[in-house]
Amino acid sequence: MTAKPVAVTVTNVDKIFRSRKGAEVHALSDVSLEVAAGEFISLIGPSGCGKSTLMRLVADLDGITSGEITVFGKTPEKARKDQDYGIAFQQAGLLPWRSVRANIELPLEIHGWEPRDRKERSDELLELIGLADFADHKPDQLSGGMKQRVAIARSLAERPRLLLMDEPFGALDEITREHMQNELVALCQETGAAVIFVTHSIPEAVFLSDRVVVMSPRPGRITEVIDLDFSSRDEELREDAAFYEGVTAVRNALHGGETAGARGVENR
Amino acid sequence: MNAGSTARTLLAPVVLGAAAIALWQLLVVAFQVEPFLVPSPSGIAGAFADTASGIMEASLATGLNALIGLLIGAVLGIFVAIIANALTFLDRMLVPLVAALAVIPIVALAPIFYAMFGAAAETGRQLVAAVAVFVPMYLNTLHGLRQVEPVHRDLMRSYAATKEQTNRMLLIPGAIPYVLTGLKIGSSLAVISALIAEYFGGPAKGLGRAITSSAAASNYTVAWAYVLGAVLLGTVFYGVTAALESFSHRHRSGT
Repeated sequence: MTAKPVAVTVTNVDKIFRSRKGAEVHALSDVSLEVAAGEFISLIGPSGCGKSTLMRLVADLDGITSGEITVFGKTPEKARKDQDYGIAFQQAGLLPWRSVRANIELPLEIHGWEPRDRKERSDELLELIGLADFADHKPDQLSGGMKQRVAIARSLAERPRLLLMDEPFGALDEITREHMQNELVALCQETGAAVIFVTHSIPEAVFLSDRVVVMSPRPGRITEVIDLDFSSRDEELREDAAFYEGVTAVRNALHGGETAGARGVENR
Repeated sequence: MNAGSTARTLLAPVVLGAAAIALWQLLVVAFQVEPFLVPSPSGIAGAFADTASGIMEASLATGLNALIGLLIGAVLGIFVAIIANALTFLDRMLVPLVAALAVIPIVALAPIFYAMFGAAAETGRQLVAAVAVFVPMYLNTLHGLRQVEPVHRDLMRSYAATKEQTNRMLLIPGAIPYVLTGLKIGSSLAVISALIAEYFGGPAKGLGRAITSSAAASNYTVAWAYVLGAVLLGTVFYGVTAALESFSHRHRSGT
């Protein structure tokens, strides 16, 4: 347990999806987790382990079946309505008819910011993601990595204390991906936000996280939580022995006894 | 598309059209076909030139009815679609009604509208066009409003956006290409409906009336000249809306 204030608590949560025909999918079973303020947590596991579902429950995009989730001491619904978190998905999800700037300003516009304040904030964010020259471009004119940077800027627009990210780099090539990871580390140090990061890449989880939460499917549950304590996260860490130890620890946890369960996890 | 291929795509139909007209002229002259059967293209062109001002006047009359009908039908179709999309129960109530509306030969409503508003007033003819336009506008807009990506829906939910905001910032802009396609389909329907509605009587001064009265007076070549006017009017309506559609498409894809 950490002495820091708590960002998210998940207590004995179950999630069961019912299809219209009555078939049930037990997506999450008795999941408990605590995320401290400013902490970077990765959820990793094979497809169907419920890692995205867990993130969606915290975001109040789906409702829990039983158990309890709090976000900064509130219900997820209250936290969503109070805009306590920023969110990014695997698809950038930019609106194609809006410029890069207007996309970043979308949440600000919805929440009634004055045009002048919106412009000031989007200027800062465009600078932050290095796309100031592309402010007036349409999303279709950007590369995949640039679109994802815009989506991340949008998630940071209201300076949330919690970032929820569902495989935001999943569709990017390896080089862009490492570059984006470095940027994300810098962003998190700057903003001090807590992050729940869903991924199925072991090195990505190890590189970014304070703790890696390993999950397994049918029903989705947490099998192991691995603490990582790196003094710094930069390019050198990727070559460091401690990094490889972390990768090995996560890989062993994923394979833990039932090798079949680890299928679908990328070892890159 | 480069200039060469644009020229080619334009040239091919023009050449085909010219060849067809030349063949038509040749056949009419060679077999001495009577004008009440088929007049020659040169005869139609001559009649068109002679009655140009009359055709223009009639085109404006029919065109204005079509335009007013198009606007009423489009606004109504878009508006009802937005409401139906927001209120699911209303959509379910409207499905059979719109289906019924789609299979009614809408110009058949003309005599009924004439009885309601008087055959001398243009209202009936404008309403016929409006009803004809409403159906494709409603269906296309509704379809467009439902083409929402799940990631965008999640995003708007995460922002706790109101229904009004979701409509204004996500659904309606997303539906615009579909609305414009509906408008393109509706534009031809508007012209056809406004014109045919004139066949059902009343002292109309449009193209439909001119075609029937010319034919009744055995001025077949003149009747054909008015038909040519109707083709041109329809082409203008279609061309403008098609250009609007492709402009929005290009604008949107950001090239």
